Amino acid sequence: MSGARLCIGFIPLVDAGALIVAVDKGFTAAEGLDVELVREVSWSNVRDKLNIGLFDAAHLLAPVAIASSLGLGHVKVPIVAAFGLGLNGNAITVSPALHAAIAAQADGDIGDPMVTARALARVVAGRRMQGEAPLTFGMTFPYSTHNYQLRFWMAAGGVDPDQDIRLVVLPPPYMVESIVKKHVDGFCVGAPWNSVAVDLGVGHILHFVSEILQRAAEKVLAVRARWASENPDVFARLIRAHGKAAAYIGDAANREEVAAILAAPDRIGVAAEVIRRTLDGRLKISPDGTYRASERYLLIGRAGAARPDPVHAAWLYAQMVRWGQALMSAEALAEARATFRPDLYDSILGAAPLPSGEPADRIGAFTGPAFDPNDIGAHLNGWKIRRR
Amino acid sequence: MDLTLKIVIVDESPVRSAIIEEGLREAGYSHVVRVAETANLLARIYAIDPDVIVIDLENPSRDVLEQMFQVSRVVKRPIAMFVDQSDAASIQASVDAGVSAYIVGGLAKERVRSILDLCISRFNAFSRLQAELEQAKTALSDRKIIDRAKGILMKAKNLSEEEAYSLMRSTAMREKKKIVEIAQSVITAAEMLK
Repeated sequence: MSGARLCIGFIPLVDAGALIVAVDKGFTAAEGLDVELVREVSWSNVRDKLNIGLFDAAHLLAPVAIASSLGLGHVKVPIVAAFGLGLNGNAITVSPALHAAIAAQADGDIGDPMVTARALARVVAGRRMQGEAPLTFGMTFPYSTHNYQLRFWMAAGGVDPDQDIRLVVLPPPYMVESIVKKHVDGFCVGAPWNSVAVDLGVGHILHFVSEILQRAAEKVLAVRARWASENPDVFARLIRAHGKAAAYIGDAANREEVAAILAAPDRIGVAAEVIRRTLDGRLKISPDGTYRASERYLLIGRAGAARPDPVHAAWLYAQMVRWGQALMSAEALAEARATFRPDLYDSILGAAPLPSGEPADRIGAFTGPAFDPNDIGAHLNGWKIRRR
Repeated sequence: MDLTLKIVIVDESPVRSAIIEEGLREAGYSHVVRVAETANLLARIYAIDPDVIVIDLENPSRDVLEQMFQVSRVVKRPIAMFVDQSDAASIQASVDAGVSAYIVGGLAKERVRSILDLCISRFNAFSRLQAELEQAKTALSDRKIIDRAKGILMKAKNLSEEEAYSLMRSTAMREKKKIVEIAQSVITAAEMLK
């Protein structure tokens, strides 16, 4: 087996775990790969450096991989995602003031996203009547799961995310400061930023995104399609190393060690204890010390999270169409789906059927009909609030 | 060269952005605005309404600028020079220097090429300055450590300054270490033996 040098970019987030563990536990070295991990500060940097070939592979937002394949808002560079780094993992956090307002308007269990979405609609209407400025929510990138999860949730309650509130992009490390300074009233972001806001007493976690969608592709291991076809052997070795790393993380017995590996200053660089909470899916959701726990909070290397699912790509593309980022076309849908490559995953790691107990449509949205990836038109027509 | 272009520099390093602004002004560009504060960045940029945005690649706010690509909100759509794949050498120079530029409102790329080139050279100059400063700092602290160790040896072994220095140097050579490392061990040992 010949050695190969690879340069791989990542953002310091817990869902870069499989990549970091693959390198730091020696799974890549065992495959004859010499990997240099490069920590980046923005998704724009990761995408651009992958696109122009400075990175061989990257930890990438699933919708950015699709947008890049489709050439949305940017140059068109076909991307291949043959390994899923994680499902879910984000949460929606609101300021204490907005939390109180939502609680006051809630007509049921505030843990139910439909109850909170409807309450939010009443808060928004009340503010408009009073002539107050619209609420502002932060998210991490225009083509991000965070953006689509926030929109999906609030639109279900009757809030139009483009007309009724303001959505702004904020780098995750700035989220907490922005809620303190009242530049935003809430945000959707990954770990550890929701917990940081709660610990500081400036935010309440309203929902884990897994309460909104049971399975949402969050990050993928992305490579250029051209690189994958020119380096099939190296690519296969990289995927194999990731398979081992993700399984290692998926085994709850290894969580202590995994948290310590990821906590290193040149990796994620936050306290191991915070990473451990994320892996356990047990988060303090309120400054008063209330906890919420969910096995589904962040899925890495379990519940079939590693095998990329074209249904998820279709769902993400449907959100891009719903919110006016992409035009509806059968060709674009096919290209989006083809970005996710379970066939490559199966050929390298072996076929892996979806475990039982997972939602039948493989999305599991909290509201609306089951998602049909072959009929996106019907999916979109089912929603009153959308761009045309 | 179009000297009437309005240029915004987004950089958290006030020193570097001052260096860039100075360079642009020297080249004749008079409409230059520096933005260091990242809060409400997009609103501030819309208010300034620039033709060109220069941002350092280590700035997380690059993702904030991506929102300007969304057609639904604004008429003007910026173009990232960084991702123009027609010019690999220019991309490499940008990345190496750590700077990116966005052109707003469909200006021809050639009209702002000189701006990016200038920013790249100023970014590089800043990095060189920083490296030199770092080097000078290290040299100074090495010097202090060696002087202290010399003093300890002179006192303990009754050596002259020159003898103390050459003892450390020969030890360093024998152990294949830096002289400052040997000096540090002398200091550590002396403190333990106090």
